Amino acid sequence: MTGLERFQDAFLKPELIARYWPDILSGIAVTLEIAVAVVITGLALGLALAVIRSYRSRLANAPIIVFVDMFRALPPLVAILIVYFGLPNLGINISGFAVLWLVLSLVLAAFAEEIFWSGIVSVRKGQWEAARSTGLSHWQTMTSVILPQAIRICVPPLTNRTIAVTKNTALGTVIGVGEIMNQGTSAMSLSGNATPLMMAAVAYVVIFVPVVALGSWIERRFAWKRA
Amino acid sequence: MSALLDVRGLRKSFGTTEILRGIDFSVAARELVFIIGPSGSGKSTMLRCCNRLEEPTAGQVVVDGVDLMAPGTDINAMRRQIGMVFQAFNLYPHMTALGNVTLALRKVLGKSREEAEAIGLAALDRVGLKEKAPSYPSELSGGQQQRVAIARALALEPKIMLFDEPTSALDPELVGAVLGVMRDLKAAGMTMVVVSHEMRFARDAADRIVFMADGEILEQGTPAEIFGNPQHPRTRDFVGELSR
Repeated sequence: MTGLERFQDAFLKPELIARYWPDILSGIAVTLEIAVAVVITGLALGLALAVIRSYRSRLANAPIIVFVDMFRALPPLVAILIVYFGLPNLGINISGFAVLWLVLSLVLAAFAEEIFWSGIVSVRKGQWEAARSTGLSHWQTMTSVILPQAIRICVPPLTNRTIAVTKNTALGTVIGVGEIMNQGTSAMSLSGNATPLMMAAVAYVVIFVPVVALGSWIERRFAWKRA
Repeated sequence: MSALLDVRGLRKSFGTTEILRGIDFSVAARELVFIIGPSGSGKSTMLRCCNRLEEPTAGQVVVDGVDLMAPGTDINAMRRQIGMVFQAFNLYPHMTALGNVTLALRKVLGKSREEAEAIGLAALDRVGLKEKAPSYPSELSGGQQQRVAIARALALEPKIMLFDEPTSALDPELVGAVLGVMRDLKAAGMTMVVVSHEMRFARDAADRIVFMADGEILEQGTPAEIFGNPQHPRTRDFVGELSR
């Protein structure tokens, strides 16, 4: 056996690819479902928290800051295990899928809040003053003047963080969610070969490269010259 | 003489630093009042208190009979009647000139797009920039940006306009067009309060000059009085410094 053949046998065995690709495919479907749900709820919650924070009410800001710091510090795996194994003791039974979605949404929201907030405060104060001086309310100023400028600044870090958090869908494997990693590792155990993991790796690349491309497209879309 | 703007006992502190130490002054309808004084005298802060962009520490600001400091006053409704023009223009960079001028018309006054654009184009026409309606701020010179900013305030048909050093950020050759627009506004009967260092303009366009120093009004009078025969020693120093 040549070196190349040995490599192919260990990582890219054709008959294993044929046998397990339906499993990997169903894993891709589950990963995509969770990822899309996490992106939507995580970014929406993060944006909402940043906007609430802009009202600078101490009563609202203290819990927001505690939430954000906590979920930025906590490894997602720890939160996932606590929620998944803890909630049933309280009589609340939710699926692994729901736990994964909930925890990753909160993690993404925490990071997204910080990114949106830094975008909001980076818009020059004169923009607020000009808008408010024409009678626009705080909310109208935020939605028409500040956010369109802030979000453009936020797109690159937001894209990075969104990809980083959604990749954590792979943690679903420890609580039995049938996503890509789960399919890959169980196929690996059954076959005793790393080929299914390679397939999983390829699947992640196939999913996330378009997300990166989408990020730079949005960046261009939101671009205008500075005054 | 009924005052359109009436400021009484206005005080403003930042922390322990007192910027305004009891300002009393009023502006009649159609009057152009110039506020001059050394930098750090509180001119801009005073102006910014007139629409509560800066929150006064104490005192009263009454615009057209409405006390801006009263708890029941809808400050957003009052602000659209008080136009403000800033040193840094502060145009919205993500909107065209027309978009800048029509935003408040649509959001605050609830006008339809067509109606807002008709008013917006008329306002841009008044500052001589109708043809720049589709341009973004980055495509305009500083002087043009400032004229768009004036049109943005003008479109709301304010009762009074506040100018906070409107020409200080402009190259000298662009100042003239902005002052020309202000001259036209004056001729059309607009009430204006201007903080500026354009002394020549003050001399021939202002109805009244207010001299401020250290957070107080030290002297006020016609341009002829202030520039020709200043009474207070600080005014004399300031005016003398300028004519040298």
